Amino acid sequence: MAFLDTIGYASWAVHFILWTPLVGMAVVMFGPAERAKELALGIALLVFAVSVPLWFAFNPADGGFQFTAAVPWITDWGIYYRVGIDGISVLLILLTTLIMPLAILGSFRYIVERERTFYGMMLLLQTGIIGAFVALDLFLFFVFWELMLVPMYFIIGVWGGERRIYAAIKFFLFTAVGSLLMLVAILYLFFKYRMLTGDLSFAYLDLLNVPLTFTEQVWLFSAFALAFVIKVPIFPFHTWLPDAHVEAPTPGSVVLAAVLLKLGSYGFLRFLLPYFPAAATDATIVLVLMVLGLIGITYAAWVAAVQPDAKKLVAYTSVAHMGFVVLGVFALTLQGVQGAIIVMLSHGASTGALFLLLGMLYERRHTRTIADFGGLASVMPVFATIFVFTALASIGLPGTSGFIGEFLTLLGAFQTHPWIALIGATGVIFAAYYMLPMVQRMWYNEVDKPENRNLPDLSRRELTVLVPLVVVMLWMGVYPKPFLERTEQTVVELLEGVERNRAPVRPRLGASPPPPMEVVTVDDRAMPAAVETSNTGDVVAELTEAGREGEARHGD
Amino acid sequence: MENFEPTLLGLIVLLPLVGFLINGAVALFTPGNKGVSTWVGPGVVGLAFLIAVVNFIGMFGAELTAPIVRSYWSWMPVGDLQVDAALQLDQLSILMTLIVTGVGFLIHVFSVGYMKGDPGYARYFAFLNLFVFFMLTLVLGANFPVLFVGWEGVGLCSYLLIGFWFRDREKADAGKKAFIVNRIGDFGLLIAMFMIFAHVGTLDFVGVFAAAPETFVYGGAVVTAIALFLFLGAVGKSAQIPLYVWLPDAMAGPTPVSALIHAATMVTAGVYLIARSSVLFALSPTAMMTVAIVGAVTALFAATIGLVQTDIKKVLAYSTVSQLGFMVVGVGVGAYAAGIFHLMTHAFFKALLFMGAGAVIHAMHHAFHETHQDWDAQDMRNMGGLKRFMPKTWIFMWIGTLAIAGVWPLAGFFSKDEIIWMAAAHAQGPFEVVFTLVWVILFIAAMLTAFYMTRLMILTFHGENRSGPGGRHIHEAPAVMWVPLAILAVLSIVGGWINIPRPISATPILGWIPPWHTEWLHYWLAPVTATADNVFRTRVGELLEVGPFGGGEAFWAAVAFMIAMVIIALTTVWLGKQERKPAVETPPYRGFAKVLYDKWYVDEIYDAVIVRPVVNGSRALWRYVDDGIVDRAANGVGSLARGLGWLGSRLQTGNLNVYALAIVAGALLILLTVVGL
Repeated sequence: MAFLDTIGYASWAVHFILWTPLVGMAVVMFGPAERAKELALGIALLVFAVSVPLWFAFNPADGGFQFTAAVPWITDWGIYYRVGIDGISVLLILLTTLIMPLAILGSFRYIVERERTFYGMMLLLQTGIIGAFVALDLFLFFVFWELMLVPMYFIIGVWGGERRIYAAIKFFLFTAVGSLLMLVAILYLFFKYRMLTGDLSFAYLDLLNVPLTFTEQVWLFSAFALAFVIKVPIFPFHTWLPDAHVEAPTPGSVVLAAVLLKLGSYGFLRFLLPYFPAAATDATIVLVLMVLGLIGITYAAWVAAVQPDAKKLVAYTSVAHMGFVVLGVFALTLQGVQGAIIVMLSHGASTGALFLLLGMLYERRHTRTIADFGGLASVMPVFATIFVFTALASIGLPGTSGFIGEFLTLLGAFQTHPWIALIGATGVIFAAYYMLPMVQRMWYNEVDKPENRNLPDLSRRELTVLVPLVVVMLWMGVYPKPFLERTEQTVVELLEGVERNRAPVRPRLGASPPPPMEVVTVDDRAMPAAVETSNTGDVVAELTEAGREGEARHGD
Repeated sequence: MENFEPTLLGLIVLLPLVGFLINGAVALFTPGNKGVSTWVGPGVVGLAFLIAVVNFIGMFGAELTAPIVRSYWSWMPVGDLQVDAALQLDQLSILMTLIVTGVGFLIHVFSVGYMKGDPGYARYFAFLNLFVFFMLTLVLGANFPVLFVGWEGVGLCSYLLIGFWFRDREKADAGKKAFIVNRIGDFGLLIAMFMIFAHVGTLDFVGVFAAAPETFVYGGAVVTAIALFLFLGAVGKSAQIPLYVWLPDAMAGPTPVSALIHAATMVTAGVYLIARSSVLFALSPTAMMTVAIVGAVTALFAATIGLVQTDIKKVLAYSTVSQLGFMVVGVGVGAYAAGIFHLMTHAFFKALLFMGAGAVIHAMHHAFHETHQDWDAQDMRNMGGLKRFMPKTWIFMWIGTLAIAGVWPLAGFFSKDEIIWMAAAHAQGPFEVVFTLVWVILFIAAMLTAFYMTRLMILTFHGENRSGPGGRHIHEAPAVMWVPLAILAVLSIVGGWINIPRPISATPILGWIPPWHTEWLHYWLAPVTATADNVFRTRVGELLEVGPFGGGEAFWAAVAFMIAMVIIALTTVWLGKQERKPAVETPPYRGFAKVLYDKWYVDEIYDAVIVRPVVNGSRALWRYVDDGIVDRAANGVGSLARGLGWLGSRLQTGNLNVYALAIVAGALLILLTVVGL
């Protein structure tokens, strides 16, 4: 991509994508009120346009971080503005930049009050989400992680439904409680690193090399995991989700389902596996997580099936879908993890589209109760076509993205945990059980309610919102290779790292020294020269040395 | 012609997809435009058929020994899992393609007449084209995942077409039921794929079947599990016990759909799957036995229900389930060619019978519409004597009936007897008792077939007309409908001649058909089934020449033929004498007939044992577990925090003395702690 090189794309793209929404927020908030939505849409589209070349500029052969940058921020604490993108985050960033303008365009008729603030919040949310995906400094990551909560809290609490305050507070408290323990764990890593090396650093790659005993790993793993499983969410931490979805306005639900939940599973891949490989491969821990994922797949599907509220139904299906992600990730096989990433993307497109569709129905009928509809397919054939397609993509019909994700996660899980995959595969039956009755009761049967007789079919604006998502679902279902290609190398290296480091540093094993950190690895994952890691090898040597000293001390 | 190159292989699959897109666009944007769909709908399938014929002729001369695989793009490349979007052309897949596109084309043409007045005309052809696309993907796919795309895709189209008249809740329900029940089978197919990949490391047909004999232990647990999970998939798709319940309900769709999807093609996908995976089944005697038993029991069980049904389509539906049981037995006993043979002839005569029934229903519907009679147009009790009004349909349907009943020299005689005989010929080693029993069951089921089909013909076409005033308005179907019937009738006669067993062709009278057709299909499919046949030969033994009670193949075929003739004759005489009245005046069945009429209450049992518990369980989980426990616990933590906060706030009394006391107490506590250490 010679053109991208000429304009120095790699050097500014990430910062542009990250900060433009924040600047845009100011523009929208202080701009003319009647133009707020167009302004917000324009900014989101600009960000999307700038992010698209990432798809081409990203080098799939490089499993490490690309587009990296590091600028000192709070030097007294070793805090840097460090960002970068690898195979795990690149597609999620693109998903975010795609979903945002669609969610904004989808709110044009839904949001009628305090538009400036609303669209400002949406843009702030975008910066928070993208920040969490690109941050390579744990402090920075945590800032973005928490930053997301604020706009989401307001989006639910101000523009939500009847019980919006309850839902917003529930959402906020659940997520905040989870992240507090994560903060403690981050600080623990920080101090341990300082103790071992004397340096101050929150850098992702520095803290990656902190030697941890198995017990330490389990504790820290649990602290991080709590934050992530609440976000995903995994049973039994999911009850905030249905409430949040039911009360949130359409764009809130769309972003929540399509992107926000993915931060939890992103955290699995970014932190849990590489940071705590011993804990993440521990048979008991893996079993517990997989069983919780399984419960999500089956239990949530059953609960979804009997929901009278269509939005709540879809919310529960999110729990089921994310159960597949858990299975895929902790299968620790290439197919499983790759599949998990595809499920994340696919769920973003299909569930995002379902929430948009339900929002469009709500704008027409001011209800979400399934029983209030019926026979809509004869009234709105185009709407029906897209709805049924999306519903089928969501339950994993081959030819759509949903199938690729479910197939790969289950196939990956089967290689290491056949029984769990076997039970997980029953999810394909239950998916039909929750989705088809809803489709039938809303779209088929006789039009038995006079209110439903004269509903207008999809408008041009609505089609513009939906078609891109339909295209993504089909593209990923028919030709997922470009997606798989971009994530593969990073996932391969991630799994190799986990395999190599799964034996923890045991303080009491005086006889056998801890496995030396391989310099090669670090070089592989090292940042380009712009980052101050010229002495990576030394740091590792130091760390290993320090680890031994630590052992000696513990041994006393 | 030594080197065979497939001609436009991809186009065979692509054409129906293009048809779907065109018809779909018409359906959404100009639903009133019928001209486009009339030409595009059947046209794309007809073209696909022609291309298939060209390829078939090419293969005919080339003597292919290995499948030709054409890979179009890399579909799911993940590490050691490499799945291509690839098609495979071999003797089996071209045969299936010919059946799907050939019979499919005739049904499309028939539909032009049948669906003429329907407002969803374009949508109908869109779905029908989409179905053909997925069905071709299924039979031409070169690996399990591509097959699975077709597999679920045809299920989707079946769902959409059963519920085509979706305003009717019953029809929409039937579509939903078909989809969910089929997904139980799909689950089995998924697990089988995972197991195959775990043990063989590939999902390509060529790779899997080549490696299977070395990879798997004969009769081992792994290959048995794989075969049984594959069979679960087949059970769902091919409507075998216990998952057959969706197929009779599927008759809610337009009748040509029943002919195409629920008789000729989709429901045979399970049989195709077993034939395709013959190696895996041959390696597991347990799996083969299971397949044969399930097939035989289904064949008999469904036939008993078919005996007393009064809805013309229901009779044909249960007949289909029963005939699928025959095919499943065929591939289950290891006679893959015989199973596929019956699949083909059944596609001819069952499509013929369904479309004949469609023509009848079409005529009845119009007649009752004319006279504003609120009568069931599908109930045979309201018909009778239709041969006077619809002579062509009457003749064609008799041909279909004789064919399915196994009357020489029609197609069904050769294909059905081949299966029955093969059960006997394979009855040796571990299979001896079971396969002999299967042979007996099939004999009985074949007799029932002759009875219920004759009954259908008598009730519909013979005797006095019972249509009330509507009777005067019944007319023969238009040419666009009866010409496809005529073609299928010819095929139902000659279709069996391509595979006449050697012993029969050597028999006087029965062998009066030119001998150069002898066992052609058997030889044609030999390259596909060779490995599996080999496994059987080396592990169990050569096929038997002499069956139970001493007779050979020709002997038992002759016996079956004579029994069928006797039953047809007796039934004709017996039912011809009976007095009959329209449905409204007929008293309901009693006793055992009622049990059969109510389908052994299987739907009711499933409803009580599975459906209701699942739905009620779901409700209970939601109300009591999710809301009652999980959410309450979460909120409880919140309340606890609030309570503690309230307690804390009580401490903030604003009273200086209390604060001072607290400070002193705290200081003391810290001091004690430090000293204590």
